[in-house]
Amino acid sequence: MKEAELRETEDRLQAAAAPLASLADPTPGSELGAIRVPDGEAVFELSDVGVWYGNKHAISGINMQIPVRKVTALIGPSGCGKSTLLRCLNRMNDLIPGARIEGEINYHGTDIYAKKVDPVEVRRRIGMVFQKPNPFPKSIRDNVTFGAKVNRIKGTPDEIAERALRQAALWEEVKNDLSKSGLALSGGQQQRLCIARALAVQPDVILMDEPCSALDPIATLKIEDLIRELTKEYTIIIVTHNMQQAARVSDNTAFLLAQEHGVNGQLIEYGPTNELFTNPRDKRTEDYITGRFG
Amino acid sequence: MTRAAFERQLNEIQEDMLVMASMVETAVLQSIEALKTRNVALAQRIIEHDIDINQKRYDAEEKCVELISLQAPLASDLRTIISVLHITVDLERMGDHAEGIAKIALMLSDEPPLKPYIDIPRMSEIAIRMLEGALDAYRTRDTDKARRVIDMDDEVDALYEQVYRELLTFMISDPKTIQRATYLIWVAHNLERVADRVTNICEAVVYLVEGRIHDLNVSTY
Repeated sequence: MKEAELRETEDRLQAAAAPLASLADPTPGSELGAIRVPDGEAVFELSDVGVWYGNKHAISGINMQIPVRKVTALIGPSGCGKSTLLRCLNRMNDLIPGARIEGEINYHGTDIYAKKVDPVEVRRRIGMVFQKPNPFPKSIRDNVTFGAKVNRIKGTPDEIAERALRQAALWEEVKNDLSKSGLALSGGQQQRLCIARALAVQPDVILMDEPCSALDPIATLKIEDLIRELTKEYTIIIVTHNMQQAARVSDNTAFLLAQEHGVNGQLIEYGPTNELFTNPRDKRTEDYITGRFG
Repeated sequence: MTRAAFERQLNEIQEDMLVMASMVETAVLQSIEALKTRNVALAQRIIEHDIDINQKRYDAEEKCVELISLQAPLASDLRTIISVLHITVDLERMGDHAEGIAKIALMLSDEPPLKPYIDIPRMSEIAIRMLEGALDAYRTRDTDKARRVIDMDDEVDALYEQVYRELLTFMISDPKTIQRATYLIWVAHNLERVADRVTNICEAVVYLVEGRIHDLNVSTY
């Protein structure tokens, strides 16, 4: 879908969704028990979102707003559905056979699952970084510029590569080796290369699924510093098993919990990270973050 | 470390804190007793034992820092450790106030009594009742009780002002009493500070339960 068409679709959907939005009255900063609406403009508004894998209800009834240019962390025990929820946000679940979504995910007011919305465009705007660094077996330059070329991003390959690598705090380390294979880099550098690759297509949101779980503490700190730096321009949503990491890097944290592994994951608590980690409102959050279960 | 072992250590630091609190309570009570009865040996014992109270604080701090660094505690675990850190500092300073009173008891032991002690023992009784109430509020996580204890501080403040005025009158009418009266004002001041520090303990109880740090001691004095 071309940019103009997408904009037109967005406008139409926005106009249609306006009365619904006012009914829901998601006032920024308001509170509904343990699920709070963060201050500021929202990138995503999730209404009653659920995901089925075949006949298994993986997550259900998720209602939350994700604020712009902030880091939002998704935490919870294994199988609670946090990665499933993350993948919903850029339609990555479309690629999983048997997966289907219910409810509505509005991105800047547009339902990303509306028929006329192109999932490829959704994924350009909402990039993703995975648990294990997955550079292509190509040069560093090609790794960064590959997606940009496909998406016809303006600039020469060197310009695009430099811009993205600088943003990913990798430029100084690789500027003299752009022709070297991306696979020759260290794990931490490979992960920053993947972040550069995501940034090169000029997204608005970056989803990160346990981006540091395969990295050593030094490489982890570099990625965490980078995450904070990137919030000047981007919205970041990060799934992490490391609660200290969620506490260090995020502005808001959502805690999910499943009835049993992989079944009916629900949003238990969502609010400012400093409050959730010092004074959670729900006993289940308290029990999880203090290690009483999970 | 397992959760059970961590739980045990959390209990330990709180039990140690309560033992320290009972040492402080005894020191305050005995310091006034030493003053009233001119008991030099008792006063000296209080002064010597202050080092034990100080040591309790350092031990508590060491254990708390260790738990923070090794366990990265969160939520109520974190608040428990932080409250112990706050409370032990206040208890240690209360021990210093008791030591201060004991030192004055020593200095006044050779002097003729200025007047019968009425308001000063009353101040210490209220301060001790406040301390007991605060510790009870801590044990039971009762924030209402903690807030009620804070309100009692006004009574101590009122008595302090009364003692101060009375002793000032002594000094004006007979300059020979200046030294003794000044010592007694210090005693009253130490007791007033003990009560103030109890209100800090109550604030730590409210933080422990509600997760918010407030200045709750908005005195009318």
